[in-house]
Amino acid sequence: MVELVNRPYAKAFETFATARPEVLCLSADLTSSCEVDGFRDRHPDQFLSLGMAEQNMLSFAGGLAMQGFRPFLHTFSVFLYRRAYDQLINSIAYSNRKVRLMGFLPGITTPGGITHQAIEDISVMRAIPNMTILETGDATEVETVLEVADAIDGPVYVRVLRGEVPRLFSTPFEFNKLRTLSEGDDVLVVTSGVCTEEALRAAEPLKARNVGVHHLHVSTLKPFDRDGLIKAARGKKGIVTLENHTIVGGLGSLVAEILAEEGLGVRLKRLGLQDTFAHGASKPYLMKKYGLDASALTNAIGQLLGRDLDIADAEFETARLDAVHSAQKAEAL
Amino acid sequence: MSIPNCQTTEDVAAGIRRRVFLHSMRNNGGYLSQACSAAESLALLYNEVLKLGEPTLPKVPLPFAGVPSAHNPDAFTGAGYHGPFAPEYDRFIISPAHYALVIYSALIQMGRMDEHALDHFNRDGGSVEMIGAEHSPGMEVTTGSLAQGLSMGSGIAWARKRKGEPGKVWVYMSDGEFQEGQTWETLAAMSYHNIDNIRVIVDVNRQQCDGAMSSVLDLGDLPARVAAFGATTCSINGHDLEAMRDAANSAEPGKPLVILANTSPFQGMPYLQKRFPRLHYVRFKSKAEREEMQTAIAADLGVDLAEI
Repeated sequence: MVELVNRPYAKAFETFATARPEVLCLSADLTSSCEVDGFRDRHPDQFLSLGMAEQNMLSFAGGLAMQGFRPFLHTFSVFLYRRAYDQLINSIAYSNRKVRLMGFLPGITTPGGITHQAIEDISVMRAIPNMTILETGDATEVETVLEVADAIDGPVYVRVLRGEVPRLFSTPFEFNKLRTLSEGDDVLVVTSGVCTEEALRAAEPLKARNVGVHHLHVSTLKPFDRDGLIKAARGKKGIVTLENHTIVGGLGSLVAEILAEEGLGVRLKRLGLQDTFAHGASKPYLMKKYGLDASALTNAIGQLLGRDLDIADAEFETARLDAVHSAQKAEAL
Repeated sequence: MSIPNCQTTEDVAAGIRRRVFLHSMRNNGGYLSQACSAAESLALLYNEVLKLGEPTLPKVPLPFAGVPSAHNPDAFTGAGYHGPFAPEYDRFIISPAHYALVIYSALIQMGRMDEHALDHFNRDGGSVEMIGAEHSPGMEVTTGSLAQGLSMGSGIAWARKRKGEPGKVWVYMSDGEFQEGQTWETLAAMSYHNIDNIRVIVDVNRQQCDGAMSSVLDLGDLPARVAAFGATTCSINGHDLEAMRDAANSAEPGKPLVILANTSPFQGMPYLQKRFPRLHYVRFKSKAEREEMQTAIAADLGVDLAEI
């Protein structure tokens, strides 16, 4: 049984920030939703409340960074780049400011619908020069991403998981290095964020059918561990990417770019939102509906191998971790 | 400040207008009306108010050294013409980046840049860009996408206050920026966080790209609106140096200071009134038009036509 960690970010941020007086915690009226309410209450001198005013918050953070502070901005992923995109470019990214954008509830992990679901954030952020993009996939990465982000000379965008988060990994977040979760000869599966946990649910049924899966977990999306990907992709019968994001411009796209540039000629299936907006509903419901789940992954693998793998949903259930996750919908926003 | 300076602020203002006029005539157009409205504010700031150290960049502007990145140690900003970053010195953030020609002229008039620095204006590969970039002389941050300068200045001011630095943060703005929502977000934040080491001077010339602000999106009683957000607000004649000196000294503890300098976009160049309301960027449609303007404004400013 996989360990579930309660609010790993809350504890990790407090430990991290209190040891570094130049770190400031900025918030835009979603303080408890971003698990920094305890930090605010215990360390008010390191906390700046800027209200529902993201444009000002981003530019203000650029000014703080100029003076040697390292602001960590806390709000939902969507609010960090949609409304305040111009500020992100001109007040932060162009000048390569050390501003850390901590984005909560990425993709369809929120029941908030279109207004709250950051489904194209990676695509947008990838196009910004000087930007680094990190994405957490488990409790260990949430606990260890802060030091990684803080070491980067320039702006960093992080997709953060909150609430009950499974612990999948025993080693800390390593910058720009793919994690190898399994090694097999038939297909390469590349996943990120919450989709990695989902892909792990398919591991046993695939193994039982003698499908050799090389599974890579991605936690640094920009820059990207190009060599690690090429090495794993060579000689495979097919590649599947699975991401909590639109397939346009995110993990699937960047893998496609590298495969094409290297001339590997391996077939690729990109799973994720198929160029569509989603809507407000629970995470398991949306992952099933939009083909971000274990079943979508094994179907894609079957197609690449020309085999009917015939895996019943019940087989995935045995590995399912989210009995507690289903309660997460109640926490809403 | 160790730069020898025997000019009166009136002389500096006249010098700014003269330099912007000469450059615009020699280059078939320019941001003339901004020199008219801003000359006294900028002259007062550079000549009397700002506490700046000696420039750290060469008097002759450097070529562009590439965009900032973790891999470009050569990138620089135009802050060097405002002197070194040190706790006792002020910072000066210029938000309307299209005032660049006026700023460059002020820096030259103050001896902070070379007499011929405008020869580099708008030249490919140079740093003296037409719309000031953060590597352009006098520009400390990336502005020009309007309303961001005030937010960045507020962040700088908050940080300097937290560190106990005595230096202030001055921000120069145009009144059109009060059409942007971000400006009001920032005013609210400055008041809430009691950022009182920031001083804002706004060129209230009531002009914008499309023409008179009253014909685009009028801001009504701007002083009342700004004051309602909690700033110490002074609405004064932006060409009256004595009134501006008083305003610059009127900051109150716990509150940001906003000076609304009401100005004329043809102050010192009355001929420009003929161009109203298209004053944002003055260019010439014919040789005759250019010569008429040249003769008239040269007479207004007491400039010898042979200088052009």
